[in-house]
Amino acid sequence: MYSQQIIDRFKNPKNAGSLRGANGVGKVGNAACGDIMKMYLKISDEGIIEDAKFKTFGCCAAIASTDVACDLIKGKTIDEALKVTNKDVFNILGTMPAHKIHCSVLAEETIRDAIEDYYKRREKANKAK
Amino acid sequence: MRKVYLDNASTTYVSSEVLAEMLPCFNTIYGNSSSLHGFGREASAIIDRARDRVAHAINAQKSNEIYFTSGGTEADNWAIKGIAHAYANKGKHIIVSSIEHHAVLDSCKQLEKEGFEVTYLPVDKNGLVNIADLLHAIKKTTTLISIMAVNNEIGTIQNIKAIAKTAHEYGIIFHTDAVQAIGAVKIDVQDMEIDAMSMSAHKIYGPKGAGALYLKNGVRIENLMAGGNQERAKRGGTTNVPAIAGFGKAIEIAVRDLSINQQKLKTVREYFITKVKERIPYIQVNGHPHQKINGTVNISFDMIEGESILMLLDLEGVAVSTASACTSNSLEPSHVLRAIGVPDELAQGSIRFSFGKNISKSDVDYTIDVLEKAVAKLRGISPITKAGRK
Repeated sequence: MYSQQIIDRFKNPKNAGSLRGANGVGKVGNAACGDIMKMYLKISDEGIIEDAKFKTFGCCAAIASTDVACDLIKGKTIDEALKVTNKDVFNILGTMPAHKIHCSVLAEETIRDAIEDYYKRREKANKAK
Repeated sequence: MRKVYLDNASTTYVSSEVLAEMLPCFNTIYGNSSSLHGFGREASAIIDRARDRVAHAINAQKSNEIYFTSGGTEADNWAIKGIAHAYANKGKHIIVSSIEHHAVLDSCKQLEKEGFEVTYLPVDKNGLVNIADLLHAIKKTTTLISIMAVNNEIGTIQNIKAIAKTAHEYGIIFHTDAVQAIGAVKIDVQDMEIDAMSMSAHKIYGPKGAGALYLKNGVRIENLMAGGNQERAKRGGTTNVPAIAGFGKAIEIAVRDLSINQQKLKTVREYFITKVKERIPYIQVNGHPHQKINGTVNISFDMIEGESILMLLDLEGVAVSTASACTSNSLEPSHVLRAIGVPDELAQGSIRFSFGKNISKSDVDYTIDVLEKAVAKLRGISPITKAGRK
């Protein structure tokens, strides 16, 4: 049912945990539906994503998808990160059961939500100045 | 790697005694039991013996009240649709509980499309149907009440006799899905006043593909399977001799060993729950505190999701299930846990452990170790937190 890539990522996620000093935090989903994804980003003044971590409540595919999503945006500029889609996540994880594809979509949404949070925080900080 | 199978409510292995009963039916006694010749008569004798064994196991008055089917799902489909149709001229209302197996619920949905009216009774937080609710639901047009004897997800045992008596006071037929009850609780169809009952072989160390509907003589039913005179012209299709032979043997053993198995499973269950509660915080054991079968334990683990628990356990060789195997491809939380009031969020983190008769203490201990680690790992990466959480 699950590809070996999903199982491996699920078993040993590389990017699990929270991130000290994160300046962009995204969260999508709800527990009643079975998935909550939270992503922590550390974005440099130059707009480079220096680090990304996640915490996920959900199935194997959800955990593996957020882990892969972190990998896909690390070291990238914000613009590049915004171009990452669920298909990129999907391509790395290999075959996914049809009813789990929404996990990769949620991972994409989490990236966008975290970046949006980063912009909001920056705007707020600028106003404060 | 150690392998521990804790999904016996989904299916069991075929016990060696049962297998021995089945094997000759594949290549020695291979006749079609409907054939008139010697080969057929030999096969027919096997079926007769299996029928007697099933009838005896549930204390049916006569063996001809047992109709073999392909399993519990067919028996449920047949009972619900067949009885509803047979009595449609009297009324088109049936009553079931909201925690029935999907074989019953989906049959009801089909009937609703045909114009039947179905009442889905609520259950209390322990999973029990309330007789007052049942009385309230009964109408002049009610022809059938179907309430499962034991729930497949939480193991709650219904007050079947009281429900059956209530049905009969109003001249209503009573059916029960006893798939999870056989071998776990004593079933006496005469004493319990059951009119129709679904059974399955593969939950009691018998083969997949065999089951039966008990139908009390005098209760009318419309056929589900057309195409032959098998099962006294009520269920067409060549008789599955090996599987039915196995079913007969399996149910005989299940009833013979019921009390010894249950005693053992009760000890296992209590030990397991005590240890899990000691070692893992933020859990909830679902189902009735004592009116439940011993083999099934349903636990909700807060802050984490069930399938990921299942997969981590599986990676360590422990097989469990989330809710029921039949619905594991769905994203919706279990309809049973919803019905007993478990919030969706908590229901998402629920696991059913169902113990088999050969479970060992070391397997239980291993499971608890693996479970504790899995839960800790998943809570470590969960975005949901509780203050003061371990």
